[in-house]
Amino acid sequence: MYKLLLCVRYLRTRYIALASIISVMLGVATMIVVNSVMAGFTSEMRDRLHNFLADIVIESRTMEGIDDTDRQLAAVEAAAGEYIAAMTPTIDVPGMIMFEDPYNGKTITTQVMIQGIDPESKGLVGPLRDYLASYNPEIEDGVVIREAERSRAEPLSWELTASAARYREEMKRQEALEIRGAFEDDSLSVTNTPHENRAIDDSPDFDPVSSNPSTNAAADESKPLDDDAFLQDPLVKQPESQIQTGAYPARVYIGEGIVSFQAQDPDTGKLHKVMLRQPGDDIILSTVTVGRPPEIVKMNATVVDSFRSGMNEYDTSIVLMNIKELQKNRGMHLDNAITSIHIRLKNYDDAPKAIAALQGAFPPGTVTIKTWEEKQGLLLSAVEVETAILNVLLFLIITVAGFGILAIFYMIVVEKTRDIGILKSLGASSNGVMSIFLYYGLGLGIVGSTAGVALGLVFVRYINQIEDGLSWVTGRKVFDEKIYYFFEIPTYVNPVMVLSVALGAIAIAVLASILPARRAARLHPVRALRFE
Amino acid sequence: MAETIKMTKPLISAEAISKSYFKGQHKIPVLQGAGLKANRGEFISVIGQSGSGKSTLLHVMGLLDSPDIGEVILDGTRIDNLNQKARDQLRNHVFGFIFQFYHLLPELSLLENVMTPLMIRHSIFGYWAKRKEIRDAAMDIINQVGLSHRIKHRPSELSGGEMQRGAIARALVGKPEILLADEPTGNLDAVTGRGIMELLNSLNENQKLTIVMVTHDEAIAAQAHRTVRLAEGRIQLHAREDAA
Repeated sequence: MYKLLLCVRYLRTRYIALASIISVMLGVATMIVVNSVMAGFTSEMRDRLHNFLADIVIESRTMEGIDDTDRQLAAVEAAAGEYIAAMTPTIDVPGMIMFEDPYNGKTITTQVMIQGIDPESKGLVGPLRDYLASYNPEIEDGVVIREAERSRAEPLSWELTASAARYREEMKRQEALEIRGAFEDDSLSVTNTPHENRAIDDSPDFDPVSSNPSTNAAADESKPLDDDAFLQDPLVKQPESQIQTGAYPARVYIGEGIVSFQAQDPDTGKLHKVMLRQPGDDIILSTVTVGRPPEIVKMNATVVDSFRSGMNEYDTSIVLMNIKELQKNRGMHLDNAITSIHIRLKNYDDAPKAIAALQGAFPPGTVTIKTWEEKQGLLLSAVEVETAILNVLLFLIITVAGFGILAIFYMIVVEKTRDIGILKSLGASSNGVMSIFLYYGLGLGIVGSTAGVALGLVFVRYINQIEDGLSWVTGRKVFDEKIYYFFEIPTYVNPVMVLSVALGAIAIAVLASILPARRAARLHPVRALRFE
Repeated sequence: MAETIKMTKPLISAEAISKSYFKGQHKIPVLQGAGLKANRGEFISVIGQSGSGKSTLLHVMGLLDSPDIGEVILDGTRIDNLNQKARDQLRNHVFGFIFQFYHLLPELSLLENVMTPLMIRHSIFGYWAKRKEIRDAAMDIINQVGLSHRIKHRPSELSGGEMQRGAIARALVGKPEILLADEPTGNLDAVTGRGIMELLNSLNENQKLTIVMVTHDEAIAAQAHRTVRLAEGRIQLHAREDAA
């Protein structure tokens, strides 16, 4: 009993012990905060990676892809249909995008990954609606600045929204007027690439022209026609019906990062997103055909929508395009070839079984079948290693706190030498004296851990407010939404993590008190009593 | 004379105790064959100059220290060679210690200080079961030493005399058979010291408590039944009967 009474009294009266309590508390709080934020980021990142990639991806080993989509889908369905909730055929091909910066008139050319998709089935595999701008309200600084233009119930398609169509019409009319004034120097318009392809393509197994849609040709030819008309008689006002305002057959959802940048408002200092291409605008894509050797093919395309998956890597490099047009332009339409199939499983735990079943459905060596985790293995394992190393380092902080306890306890034992002698003269055993200090360490650990857990959880709970405060104090953004696409810092508090951090800290406090406690227990009562 | 001594078996006796300390390389003999016997109910004072080894003799008798040579016998049983646990138990049950510098625990109130030996005796659960008895016993002893108005005070808030009374209460709360007092008045003024001595005398008379007191003050020593003189680790004068 005296042990408890004394260690409680020592806890309450030795203010130096507060130093060790604080160091334990800070160590525990830091570990909880860092782990929660890391876990929040990681799970958010995993979600985004996962959602964009689907559960399982079957990929052709070559860019030419595998023929006959329908047969492939049927084969997949037959092999692993029981596990599969949805799947979508996809074409992945590198390409270039070119468009004019409307603010300085310069032409922007950049490298992209063109992904041909079928929006309807893609929407079943991943949350495509969550990504597309027209289905979601535009939010800036937590304020809705534009309502969603489409309802969630509206099917995913390549149609322009009414407002985008109006915008396009207006823009085209404007363009026509400008062209009437300044004679054509339209470097951005591409004249009917498929025709050129036909001229130079001598590959016998590939003929992109035969199915070249008349609309495409019409669209491409419309401008020169108009121009001619204006040249012939610039004063004659053209009837509006003659101005080509329809969208190109090649339609894209464009990664937001490709066509936007963050600009600071000079008055308010707030960041605004500036879009270089609106839905309804045109871009030019170029990629390669499946011919041997691959030829460059250029496509006029109309931006239908922009998407934001939250993975910066994707949003700055991927252009989603209608798969049929991509097939036509690349010459894959005859064989109905695709390069990959994205699959969502009913239960992700079945992935190994599904993959095993799928392996048999394709001729060996033609495809790779991977889960999204395997595809992103490097990134995920890098994050895991990072978390582990961080934890080791942070636990070292608590160990440092442990050495602090050791030193402070040694001091307290020296200070309490006479009291230890008194207790022994009153019949206290060496073990009893030792347990005073072990209890002391335990109590200190418990108090420090509890305070640390409380502090850590409060910090995690109010981390965004704290971030705001820090930004305000330091005058610069601590957590930049521009980089992470998060409006708030994501956190995830894992109870097991909290518990193990707290127990680890308590264990360290007890371990650190063993040495001083043993010293106290070994004190000779007479020498302790004589100690002044 | 020799017959009568044989007839009364001493409650505690230290026989031919030798003890030396090492100070660096040098061996310093403190006790060189000193012996002491105390009968039940006897009040013995041990007098000697500082360094004569009187405190060490007391520590050896109270099992705070072990003799190099010699034996300590309690009620016919040798106790100096017992194991640590038994020695701890004997210190708690049989001996009560009083020190010159009171040695109360500064973090505890007077009442808690007095209860300490009983807390040491009982486990947490034992203490919890008997907490009322223990508290009553402590209050009883505190009343006897006349400190019932100061039970909530810390030692630092008490005067020297009050602290020594508190220390006596603590020594007595476990109902010991032998009270070992090491210069109980050494740090007190004459009046307060006299009060402490009166308390010890009344305890000896009323409760037949065996007391072995170490002092360097002849006047104080004279209040005991018997005075033993110690010089250079040896007993000088033995068996002085005293009327007090």
